[in-house]
Amino acid sequence: MSTTTNHPVEQVGGATAKYVDERLGSNKFLGRNLGKVFPDHWSFMLGEIALYSFVVVLLTGTFLTFFYDPSMVEVVYNGSYVPLKGIEMSKAYASSLDISFEVRGGLLIRQMHHWSALIFVAAIAVHMFRVFFTGAFRKPREFNWLVGVALTALALAAGFTGYSLPDDLLSGTGLQIIRGILQSIPLIGTWAAFLVFGGEFPGTDVIPRLYAAHILLIPGLILALITVHLMMVWTQKHSQFPGPGRTNNNVVGYPLLPVYMAKAGGFFFIVFGIIALIGGLVTVNPIWVFGPYMPDQVSAGTQPDWYIGWLDGALRLMPNWESVIAGFTISWNVLIPSVVIPGILFTGLALYPFLEAWATGDKREHNLLERPRNAPVRTGIGIAAITFYGILWIGGGNDVIATLFNMSFNVLSWTLRITLIIGPPIAFLITKRICLGLQRKDREKLLHGYESGRVLRLPHGEFIEVHQPLNYKELAVISSKEDMHVLPAPVKTDADGVRNPNYRIDQLRHKLSSFFLRDNIERPTDAEIAAGQAHASHSAALEAPLYEYEELDQDPVGHGGVLHHPGMSETNREQIEQRQ
Amino acid sequence: MKFLSARRRNPFVAALLLVGALGAVGVTFSVVSNIQPAQASLGTQTQVEEGKKLYLEGCSSCHGIDAQGATNGPTLLGVGAAAVHFQVSTGRMPLAAPGAQATAKEAIYNEEEVAAMSAYISSLAPGPAIPTSEELDYESADIAAGGVLFRINCAQCHQAAGQGGALTQGKYAPNLMQSTPQEIYEAMVSGPQSMPVFSNDTLPIKDKQAVTAYIMALQEAPSPGGLSLGRIGPVAEGLFMWVVVFAAFIGAAVWIGIKAR
Amino acid sequence: MSELAPGAGKNEDLDSNGHPTAPAKLGYSPVAEIPHQLRVTDTDPKAARRAERQVAAMFILSMVFIMLSLVAYVMIDKYTVVYIPVLGVVGASNVALGFTFGIAVLLIGAGAIQWAKKLMPDVEVVQERHDLVSEKEDDNLALANYERGKDESGFARYKIIRRTLLGAMALFPIPMVVVLRDLWVTPPGENPTEILSTTMWAKGIRIVSDGTYLPVRPEDLPVGGLVSALPEGLLEVQKEEHNLNARGKAAIILVRMDPDQIRSQQGEGWDYNGILAYSKICTHVGCPIALYEQRTHHLLCPCHQSTFDLADSGAVIFGPAARNMPQLPISVDAEGYLVATQDFAVPVGPSFWERERA
Repeated sequence: MSTTTNHPVEQVGGATAKYVDERLGSNKFLGRNLGKVFPDHWSFMLGEIALYSFVVVLLTGTFLTFFYDPSMVEVVYNGSYVPLKGIEMSKAYASSLDISFEVRGGLLIRQMHHWSALIFVAAIAVHMFRVFFTGAFRKPREFNWLVGVALTALALAAGFTGYSLPDDLLSGTGLQIIRGILQSIPLIGTWAAFLVFGGEFPGTDVIPRLYAAHILLIPGLILALITVHLMMVWTQKHSQFPGPGRTNNNVVGYPLLPVYMAKAGGFFFIVFGIIALIGGLVTVNPIWVFGPYMPDQVSAGTQPDWYIGWLDGALRLMPNWESVIAGFTISWNVLIPSVVIPGILFTGLALYPFLEAWATGDKREHNLLERPRNAPVRTGIGIAAITFYGILWIGGGNDVIATLFNMSFNVLSWTLRITLIIGPPIAFLITKRICLGLQRKDREKLLHGYESGRVLRLPHGEFIEVHQPLNYKELAVISSKEDMHVLPAPVKTDADGVRNPNYRIDQLRHKLSSFFLRDNIERPTDAEIAAGQAHASHSAALEAPLYEYEELDQDPVGHGGVLHHPGMSETNREQIEQRQ
Repeated sequence: MKFLSARRRNPFVAALLLVGALGAVGVTFSVVSNIQPAQASLGTQTQVEEGKKLYLEGCSSCHGIDAQGATNGPTLLGVGAAAVHFQVSTGRMPLAAPGAQATAKEAIYNEEEVAAMSAYISSLAPGPAIPTSEELDYESADIAAGGVLFRINCAQCHQAAGQGGALTQGKYAPNLMQSTPQEIYEAMVSGPQSMPVFSNDTLPIKDKQAVTAYIMALQEAPSPGGLSLGRIGPVAEGLFMWVVVFAAFIGAAVWIGIKAR
Repeated sequence: MSELAPGAGKNEDLDSNGHPTAPAKLGYSPVAEIPHQLRVTDTDPKAARRAERQVAAMFILSMVFIMLSLVAYVMIDKYTVVYIPVLGVVGASNVALGFTFGIAVLLIGAGAIQWAKKLMPDVEVVQERHDLVSEKEDDNLALANYERGKDESGFARYKIIRRTLLGAMALFPIPMVVVLRDLWVTPPGENPTEILSTTMWAKGIRIVSDGTYLPVRPEDLPVGGLVSALPEGLLEVQKEEHNLNARGKAAIILVRMDPDQIRSQQGEGWDYNGILAYSKICTHVGCPIALYEQRTHHLLCPCHQSTFDLADSGAVIFGPAARNMPQLPISVDAEGYLVATQDFAVPVGPSFWERERA
């Protein structure tokens, strides 16, 4: 560390660093990492939104634990909110009301906590989309993807356990639904429900148990997994978008100290600030309006928080199938939407990187991100999945939509049911075709330059559109496409007549590979690209004489810009004169 | 005949014709508009007669000549003055068009006309009466008790904050934020359309006053946490978060990434 | 207009603005091939000073807002409401604290980012990635140590030790799971199926109105009426058991329709002169239902829109519920109050595995 200054802060800093280094060897780490380069793109900040909103959740949540009482024992409310005065309610609800009305800043912190939980899950979702659509989950980042899927599930659990804690009419109804779902599980359902709730519903045990999960188990797991997640990003280095100077073997961006620290740190304060602003300006979860939870009361328009909406929608749209086999009841109408569909979704998410790698035979390390158009099937699958999720999500609010737009929810539900089945495949096909179209456009740009929109009339009368060569940025990005080829079809027996024992699997793999890759547009070779760009420069150079013309201080005799060519007539009049 | 045609170009004739035409229109209008009687205070007998006239004109085509019901409208025998006042003064009746639900709109009849029609219908068969001002007085009612009753009897259709809710086949329970105490009482006691009937035996007047007090408190309630987003719950909150807040975050992220000039 | 930043790609230590051009020995270097565009603050020292003042102003403003937030905390009464345009009538303390604190924190962030964007070098630098895969020597060392460990422990050699160790390790977590059995301390002789299949209702138990807890006479209930009801004695049971479990199962609704309109019921004569009693707990996943459309006799659950026809044995006519709403048979007692004549014939609420065998 150079110390060419007498600034006392730097002297103390240097001394501290030495003190710590003598005990931990930290200067080695600092030396290597203070200049660590991070690529800069706004979409890389989505994960940061999740991280920072989680920090806000922790800070505000800790404050709330000092006031909240997770008890279902009934008390009579004696606080300042008049419409509930003298009403019997659980201590959990009463303490939540006290936080909102008696503790100064309590409502602000409670609302910040709830808003940042909503934002946390949203940021995770958008971050996951970015990672998926750019192929950032490919080798070497598959483990990080799995950690991310686990974090998604934990975030949902954290949110659900959290908003059930105030024991209000809205969230308590959600707990009642959970009890119904647990009960529907074959074989063990009744026992599962009774164990979780400590007996019948609602009992007096479930809120304290949710509390333990919400403040200890789940945040502990989330913190541990976030640490693992960030450590992997640190050691593997962040992936980057293709561009000038960027290769698969480098990172181009800004150093940790000072630029990245300032930007990331600044972004933390911006996220924190915006959450504080909306915590103060916009109401969220007004539990005093819903009233305390009673198992025989319910409000119209009962919905869970947005990130659970898709599960509620699945429950609403599911047909009412139930079977009784040998006297035992299997409630498909509950199991499929609440256990099977989320199970398939999360399993699919977790397995996708491995499935895609197996299907494409791609074992290379990828540090450059892929443009979504260059992986049409992956992009199509992603959009189809989002469509499926989105329709379920809309279904979760079907009665609110019906009230708002004056329609019948019966009609809406049927429409959504049909759309749920036909929507995703249609979305897949449309997305794939759009991607392929964009790939064709890219190929044209590489081979012919881009259409400048300027039309040139050549001396012999031909009209051409001037193509310009791509600028270096675009060229770097478009030519980053990787060519991937369909895996070869297996042979049943080889040249010596020996049967292939893996024929079935190999055949499946070939089919899958074909599904993923067969329609991809071939990337032109580097030589072809160079030739194409040169050709485009030529075409652009055709315009050069025009500019020369303009520079000459001559009146080109008003020919409308037509270039002269030896032997060519100059005007119509001249031509007529010539003939005569 | 010759007298008139000889003077047809007389300038005074034009003026006379104009005055005559205006007068004719005016007289016709006042005759026609006087068909609806404006006075209602000549005793109940006249009121019932007036009500019957109004009924026959505006209601009998759907509800039958003797209010016994017809294909398009249920019987009005026994619905009581309260039902008539509720339906007509909120403009729900007459129906604008046959549909799933009668919507509240601009009332066609004025208060006196409504009173007359109510008197007529209640003269045919006994039913819930229009509430007196003592019955409507909710000032001394217990708001908290009203809240409990509201959540037991009303929230499942009208939503916990009275914002309204969806019923089957496009019907709905309306938003209560503009309802007057009289409308609330009359609706409870007459059970309009899909709404069940909460008679004074099942829900005593004291309890009705408490419910009304609670609804009035909901109408006047401040929003302690800030902008209320309609008080319809997580759907609005999620939408706001995605559309406004997340857009702000993306905007900030893009701003951070853009190179400074 | 693009020009290379002075010094980019060259081995000079400082550029014209005094920014170090990150010599290679620091682990990264500027990317020479990328043309670098200078910012206003790079070329114009006045602009740079203006930017510095701008950043400082944001930090100062942030401090001012923090002071304001402290003032708001102390001075604004927590119960005051105030009218603010767009927001409506809102809690003053909440708005003031959120606004001042939020702006203050936001300004710190904005200031830091402006500092980075305008004043810190925006020269893109490149750092090489190192191979993640370990060197061959490390691979060999790992393998060698593993082999040594395997050898020295004898793990492969001592088959009995290996197998019994596996057995012990497999078994030891079991008590940690078993001990969760008493998450529900089961009263002796009870099991979930029986508990789910019985409610407080029995022959002769009076029906009382929820909220008032007064018994109901048939003549109180008009045609088209709806009463949310509970069994008499529920409040005592709740006090004894210190929970709301009994209420959750026993909640019912009473509706009255014209007897001619009852097309079918779940039992002969289970109604009383057109008054029907049905469970209030939805058979889908258990939400309470009291949304009764009196003209169509449809009962609608707000949670997932299951719709039941109470004039037709509570049959499901729309939505995800699979079973009829259970009906409670009623009659009147000697004093003329409505009573149940027996408990429900089927378990109320959501389905479960052993439901048909209850």
